[in-house]
Amino acid sequence: MASKAFQRIYTKLDAITKATVSLKARGISNDELAVVGGRLAQVVKTKGDLVTLQVFSGTEGIPTNAEVTFLGEPPTLKVSDQLAGRFFNAYGNPIDGGPEVEGEEREIGGPSVNPYKRRQPSELIPTGIAGIDLNNTIVSGQKIPFFADPDQPYNQVMADVALRADVDKIILGGMGLSNDDYLFFRHAFEDAGALDRIICFVNTTEDPPVERLLVPDMALTAAEYFAVDKNEKVLVLLTDMTLYADALSIVSNRMDQIPSKDSMPGSLYSDLAKIYEKAVQLPTEGSITIIAVTTLNDGDITHAIPDNTGYITEGQLFLRADSDSGKVIIDPFRSLSRLKQRVQNIKTREDHSQVMNAGVRLYADAQNAKTKLENGFDLSDYDKRCLEYAKEYATRLLSIDVNISITEMLDTAWELFGRYFSKAETGIKQSFIDKYWKGR
Amino acid sequence: MKTTGKVTGIVSNLVTVQVDGPVAENELCYITLGGTPLLAEVIKVNGDKASVQVFESTRGLKNGDPVEFEGRMLEVTLGPGLLSSVYDGLQNNLTTMGTVFLKRGEYTDPLDHKKLWDFTPIAAEGDKVIAGDWLGEVKEGWLPHKIMVPFSMKGEYKVKKIIPAGSYNIDMVIAVLTDEADEPHYITMTQKWPVKVAIKAFKEKPRPQKIMETGVRCIDSFNPIAEGGTGFIPGPFGCGKTVLQHAIAKQGEADVIVMAACGERANEVVEIFTEFPELIDPHTGRHLMERTTIICNTSNMPVAAREASVYTAMTICEYYRAMGLKCLLLADSTSRWAQALREMSNRMEELPGADAFPVDLSAIISNFYSRAGMVILNNGQTGAVTFIGTVSPAGGNLKEPVTESTKKAARCFYGLEQNRADQKRYPAVNPIESYSKYLEYPEIISYLDQNVEKGWVGKVLDAKNILRRGREANEQINILGDDGVPIGYHVSFWKSELIDFVFLQQDAFDSIDALCPMERQKFMLDLVLELCEIEYQFDDFEKCRDFFKELINDLRQMNYTEFHSEAFEEYAKKTQKLLNDYGK
Repeated sequence: MASKAFQRIYTKLDAITKATVSLKARGISNDELAVVGGRLAQVVKTKGDLVTLQVFSGTEGIPTNAEVTFLGEPPTLKVSDQLAGRFFNAYGNPIDGGPEVEGEEREIGGPSVNPYKRRQPSELIPTGIAGIDLNNTIVSGQKIPFFADPDQPYNQVMADVALRADVDKIILGGMGLSNDDYLFFRHAFEDAGALDRIICFVNTTEDPPVERLLVPDMALTAAEYFAVDKNEKVLVLLTDMTLYADALSIVSNRMDQIPSKDSMPGSLYSDLAKIYEKAVQLPTEGSITIIAVTTLNDGDITHAIPDNTGYITEGQLFLRADSDSGKVIIDPFRSLSRLKQRVQNIKTREDHSQVMNAGVRLYADAQNAKTKLENGFDLSDYDKRCLEYAKEYATRLLSIDVNISITEMLDTAWELFGRYFSKAETGIKQSFIDKYWKGR
Repeated sequence: MKTTGKVTGIVSNLVTVQVDGPVAENELCYITLGGTPLLAEVIKVNGDKASVQVFESTRGLKNGDPVEFEGRMLEVTLGPGLLSSVYDGLQNNLTTMGTVFLKRGEYTDPLDHKKLWDFTPIAAEGDKVIAGDWLGEVKEGWLPHKIMVPFSMKGEYKVKKIIPAGSYNIDMVIAVLTDEADEPHYITMTQKWPVKVAIKAFKEKPRPQKIMETGVRCIDSFNPIAEGGTGFIPGPFGCGKTVLQHAIAKQGEADVIVMAACGERANEVVEIFTEFPELIDPHTGRHLMERTTIICNTSNMPVAAREASVYTAMTICEYYRAMGLKCLLLADSTSRWAQALREMSNRMEELPGADAFPVDLSAIISNFYSRAGMVILNNGQTGAVTFIGTVSPAGGNLKEPVTESTKKAARCFYGLEQNRADQKRYPAVNPIESYSKYLEYPEIISYLDQNVEKGWVGKVLDAKNILRRGREANEQINILGDDGVPIGYHVSFWKSELIDFVFLQQDAFDSIDALCPMERQKFMLDLVLELCEIEYQFDDFEKCRDFFKELINDLRQMNYTEFHSEAFEEYAKKTQKLLNDYGK
């Protein structure tokens, strides 16, 4: 990022806010990078000769006579196979002590795939977690976030999912990760011996928040290299997108933009969509799947961030603590995978969707029974059986610490149906009952 | 001479241009960025400064970059070959773009100029014609595609020459018209029209006369949409908006369907590309894709083009309407379009209205909805554009500007409800809050009297009443407990459940249940209402529940079997027996 020879150096800033600086300059192109007092910045606005720059690491201590040089190009990432196994900061500079990556320099945040050239996603990504595989099966080329309160172990679940998924590359984009969580990911990947297929772009809580804005584009530029150029199956993990959106609101606020709902910028939907829509099943074998984390405030999904996310992504996986089983579970009611019918009963056993629906319906009956119990009404025999079933269903299937094959999940469900219910109570198609029923 | 200018300011896709001549509001211009022309539209003029919204990414654009104004507004090309095409919001043909990634500044031709069409003349030499009159027709798939006097031609013309029947491409001059001054005008099979201007080449726009069948029971029977009517579907994410819209697209009784995917997920559009060519139109037996045009501006495509996409789609519908065809426009989602307006308004630093939307949002939305409608053409034939838009209210809360503005403009309201979706009661259209203003139209009431059954609307209102009473009873049961209320409350509740499960709920993925023709809807509603009229007596609420559960199960099985098939009649008979045992 060194300045080039014979480059004009500006030394007079007209205005400084916490995140931006403005100065008079000519011949500046939109989105290009600059160095302001040694810090990286990007052009976000020009008005006549007045150029506004967003300074990624904040403007603390930048004087009005700071040196400014323009680099003439937007943020880029050097892509090659050397990316594999490496850890980078938000600018794409190594933080693992290794050498600089050699390769083709590509602009980040590039164009989108022609929708007509996409293929319909149809390949199952098994995770071993029944709350996902059984009830909300995910498919390569899908984009789906975990919705979780900050106290939920979402990063652990995501690491499990990543390491079990059958993919060629795992790319982690960490935004506002605590140092502990960063080290957790690093150790989890090392312990699994998976380092050669991991690439990390990390902004921790110690780094300035505005830097985060680069992380998803960096991660997805690397992902596009492996998926498009190398025809690989790539899984991108983005955590935490709520902190990314917070950084967006900081910048828009400093630029005096009128905020919309929840003090988020009016362009939040487009900003998030630009990232999530990079998930794609290419006409070749290559694909990009995005699993993200959106932390919630006390389960509130109507806040602008989860709300806009829900309209963009193909479903969501809702984590919550379950008091009956004492486990963290994937909530079967509030979770959804919009692409599950692309693989269920096709790539999995024929009874999959029927078993899934019956399992969730009976679990819903148990919730009704619970409400009755709490309101002091008498429970019927069916209600009691439902409650028993719910406890075991949550422990053996919904809990995030489950790691079994989909066939085992289906067999477990049949076992529970047989133990607690009559055939008719499950409402499953007769031909499957005849074939798979266990017990009475 | 063209007006030119230079870029003087850039914020994201809003660019300020200093101009050297006259510019018009909504005029198009090209900004040249390193040899690549980027299309943009004027949205505000102040002195010699024009604010333009660029339909592409402005990365790399510099102050001083040259701009050339085009002297025209954003237009679509209209002609044979629009159907079964896939366009972006600016009518670039996505199927003919070579690369996997969309290239900035790559504009492709919307129509195939080589393809030959079998042309038959309609007008004769010497005929007097005006804009919108039919000169000839070609077969586009199975539809008669009329070649018309271009809508932009004012006044009366005489047909001087018309080409004989034969195979021609779209650029062939098929007619020569002369104006009052005897100046010749050469007419090809294509014409251009600015998208933001409504096509008004018709005699009058009467009130809607009949309903448009969708095969979806909770729409056709409970809240029907008129042919040429307007409706909207608001709902939180995950409530089945897309599934419902696709069902309407697949089954809607229309000659032409235009689907505008406006700022939505690309994978959903891929589903349409992949599935529609395989699906058969239930009304004609032809492939669905043959009558469908897709305008696809997904959420990651440039924001300004998103706004254009709904206008492009509407203009194509109006074009086919002028041929005397019935068109259905589905836009998913109009909220994304409103958000695009908000982003621009915000960048222009306009004073914001509610939720930072522009203050004229409501006017823009009503203006757009008003372009739908049934029309009587100059030759006495009729055509229609029916419009159904979806709205994605923030947080599922219907008290937000887009939903409220749309409510003022659209005549049908299909509110999707989170609660119903959670209970897997699909389609999750709230039966009590949703409405169709058309049920109050005397024209529609008499149409239903004649075409469905005398007094049909009264029956529908009866059914809605049973639902309302059932909901009230259920609230009491929840407060007081199963034993705390008289059995009659349980009966009321279960009667409403009967209507809900058997009539309102419909399986969009079941090959038989997905499409329910009006005759069958009438049969089922009659049956259900007959069952609801009976005064049931039960010893306790559990017996009441068991009775209705069994009844519901049998009637649902009927929905899954072929109408009047053996199995269907079997269930009908069983229902009758149940009635005899319990009811009377």
